[in-house]
Amino acid sequence: MDDLIVKTITKLVVPFIQLYGIFVILHGHLSPGGGFAGGAIIGASLILFTLAFGVNHTNKVVPPSVTEKIETGGIIWYALLGFVGIAVGTSFLSNKIAGFPLGNYGSVISGGLISLATIGIGLKVASTMITLFHRIIEED
Amino acid sequence: MKKPFVLVVLTVLLFILISSLNEMPSLGDRVNPSYNEVAEYYISNAKEDTNTMNIIAAIITDYRAFDTLGETTVLFTSITAVVSVLGFSMFEKKEK
Repeated sequence: MDDLIVKTITKLVVPFIQLYGIFVILHGHLSPGGGFAGGAIIGASLILFTLAFGVNHTNKVVPPSVTEKIETGGIIWYALLGFVGIAVGTSFLSNKIAGFPLGNYGSVISGGLISLATIGIGLKVASTMITLFHRIIEED
Repeated sequence: MKKPFVLVVLTVLLFILISSLNEMPSLGDRVNPSYNEVAEYYISNAKEDTNTMNIIAAIITDYRAFDTLGETTVLFTSITAVVSVLGFSMFEKKEK
């Protein structure tokens, strides 16, 4: 797609969409949303970027080597958070009894395991969406 | 011969489903089996257990975190299947 209006509007809108996605991920334990919803918003912004500028340009901005590392890193991060509980001596994926700092009630940095796991899920969902879309669109 | 048989089977299934529909508890009733002590435990103890405002986030990433790990594994498996079926066209371009 080679349209000046679409490219200009995309350049203007994409940072705001990604900022909103990061907001939804970081406030996953305070407001409606969470890892899956915020990751889907970030992935949708990257899909919009691909539709406006083409696959080759997006591959330069977000290389597939980076997305595949985020892809595997998100799930490994989540599993390692679970193994913290086993290392301390409690059950898998335990939060308070494993010693995660819970923070102040209602602040962004609180919740211990919940906010950390939400960040991992969000990164993973975003990279999954963009990788799937690129694979399918490259077949044409 | 095939069509009447399918019709009879579907009609019997329809009657079974409608008869079980009458036995279902009504939506939002206070004595429904889904409103058991587990839901009460989440509502009364989520704040001191996890210190989060969003009880749903507390349920999906703390009380049922293993289920969420399974969901993330489903995503990982799907992306692995897509990459293995559709090929590595991005990496082939890089080598040339």
